Amino acid sequence: MSTPVLELSGISKTFGAVRALSEVDFQVDPGEVVALLGDNGAGKSTLVKVIAGAHPADTGGVITWDGRPVTIGSPSDAQKLGIATIYQDLALCDNLDIVGNLFLGNEKLHFPGTLDEVEMESRARELLDSLSVSIPNLRVPVSSLSGGQRQIIAIARSLLGQPRVVMLDEPTAALGVAQTAQVLDLIERLRDQGLGVVLISHNMADVRAVADRAVVLRLGRNAGDFPIASTSYEEIVAAITGAADNPVTRRSSRTGSSALATEDNR
Amino acid sequence: MTQQTHATPASGEGTGTPGEPRRDPRLLVTAASPSGWLKALRRNLRGGELGPVPVIIGLILIAVVFQSMNDRYLSAQNLSNLTVQIAAVGLMTTGVIMVLLLGEIDLSVGSVSGLSAAVLAVLAVRFGVSEWVAIGAAVLVGLLVGLLHGVIFAKLGVPAFVVTLAGLLGWQGLHLYLLDSSGSVNTSANGAIAMLTQTYFVPVVGWSLVIVTVLLYMGTVFAVERRRRLAGLPYKPLPEVLFRSALLAVPLVGGVWVLNQYKGVPLAFLIFVGFVVALDLILRKTRYGRMVYAVGGSSEAARRAGISVDFIRISVFGIASMLAALGGIMLVSRNFAASVSTGGGEELMMAIAAAVIGGTSLFGGRGNAYSALLGGLVLGAIASGLLLLQMESSVRFMITAAVLLIAVILDAISRRGRKTHARGGA
Repeated sequence: MSTPVLELSGISKTFGAVRALSEVDFQVDPGEVVALLGDNGAGKSTLVKVIAGAHPADTGGVITWDGRPVTIGSPSDAQKLGIATIYQDLALCDNLDIVGNLFLGNEKLHFPGTLDEVEMESRARELLDSLSVSIPNLRVPVSSLSGGQRQIIAIARSLLGQPRVVMLDEPTAALGVAQTAQVLDLIERLRDQGLGVVLISHNMADVRAVADRAVVLRLGRNAGDFPIASTSYEEIVAAITGAADNPVTRRSSRTGSSALATEDNR
Repeated sequence: MTQQTHATPASGEGTGTPGEPRRDPRLLVTAASPSGWLKALRRNLRGGELGPVPVIIGLILIAVVFQSMNDRYLSAQNLSNLTVQIAAVGLMTTGVIMVLLLGEIDLSVGSVSGLSAAVLAVLAVRFGVSEWVAIGAAVLVGLLVGLLHGVIFAKLGVPAFVVTLAGLLGWQGLHLYLLDSSGSVNTSANGAIAMLTQTYFVPVVGWSLVIVTVLLYMGTVFAVERRRRLAGLPYKPLPEVLFRSALLAVPLVGGVWVLNQYKGVPLAFLIFVGFVVALDLILRKTRYGRMVYAVGGSSEAARRAGISVDFIRISVFGIASMLAALGGIMLVSRNFAASVSTGGGEELMMAIAAAVIGGTSLFGGRGNAYSALLGGLVLGAIASGLLLLQMESSVRFMITAAVLLIAVILDAISRRGRKTHARGGA
């Protein structure tokens, strides 16, 4: 096994009297897709924000990057390490074209200090080709793209910073079937390129489709770390809800049908 | 921004000869001929990319109507006067466009131009300061006023509408206070200030400008398209570059020819056009301009991309008020006086109307610097025609209102067109 690119241990975070995370451990290996699961309020977003530097963790926990202890005190710390975060609202400028959005805040310039559109467009083309994304015209405003394409542009933009860990917050929420497949394909390609991917999703079908491992949080604590291939849907749901006694198991025992039926019902 | 038309060298099914642009089969190919460009233009129009077409049609209509009512309308003298008349409000419009691109509004441009006029006249006449220094001071006052608006808006979070509404009242008050003892200050008829609108260049200057502009345009476009071809990107072939250069040359040659029939190209108009071109280059070619569009499109996305949204907002308001101050200087230059009414009348409304008529969206992120020129020409052409027909301003206001409404309606319809043709409705 390679050393994890990012490892957190004993991470806690309190907001006033609320302990959002207590003693949470989490790790991502290169070339691995880790699903971060948990019910609403379980601490997923807080953990993501700790890693992204938006909310620094309380003292006491240890964050290591390539085995080296680091502190992540601000979003730029995280970016410098190589952590890219794509939040649910993709933060694209609808009026700018694809190239403009990809290089926003990071424009390439040439001689008199003006924008080097040719360089940016060819780099954008290369980047999208490397992700096997086919968009006919890179000069259309992103407002004209489909939801899946917008998600892909947002992910592609984060890759320009050469990150080693990419965190995606609900990337397939509100996407159609075909668009979800596109985004899942992209996640697999990121994994194949050796990036660590953290996937936050409520959609168990997506998680089972692309994730290698599922880390479950419950009420701010670790509630399980499952290899996806050898774990059943019920076990994960039980970890998320915190008990074997939950609506899903009750229903499956009542109807006699497997809860997996819901999973296949994509 | 005009929609790009792409062309590809005639070739078989792109099996990847090196250096040949890869082309997505879904892209419509524009034939490299005038009929192909016309087809692309029609496609753009139907898709809601109206560009300057409606404004140019409007200008032709205005010219035909007024010329048929008074045959002095299209005379060189009248057209030359028209270009000088639109310079002052035109400069204010360029500032308004910057603010509109952010999705904000600046209601204070009229008052700031009046304040700048008062500062200029009081310094130059009452205090006997050199006219150039007075001009510099007036511009500086405009810049500081705008920065103040920007800081209150960006740092304290007061809506720009309210900040500049307070500015509208407050700066007009200061303007009246500065002029209060006399009500009006007359400036010298042959100093630096008067020179701004009284100078005309001999024909050779106009012609040289045309040649230099067209050659520069052709050269840069050709260089860019060559780089695009070498980089394997879609590019415009040489005939299209030449065609576009010709499209640029026609109005330039026509304009300079007409202006040369009278006294030559006026300095005031040249200053106005110079600022428009400079602003256009800043907006389209620099990182700063890209940031302005980004903040106008989504300030949150811009912030997350590491752009200092506050800096952009403050600087844009600063530039807008500085340009308004320049407009005020032009007003003084043309009237040989700063009075209590300078900049306090219709200037604000006309500046905002010109920006919108020229095609800048009120909702931010969409528009370009040339709106100031086109919108200013439309409003100036109407004003000049009605003046020639000795109509009251009452008629002019109503006609201007109708034109403004038509422009906004066209914008709304074309936005719907863009939505249905998947070009984005922002």
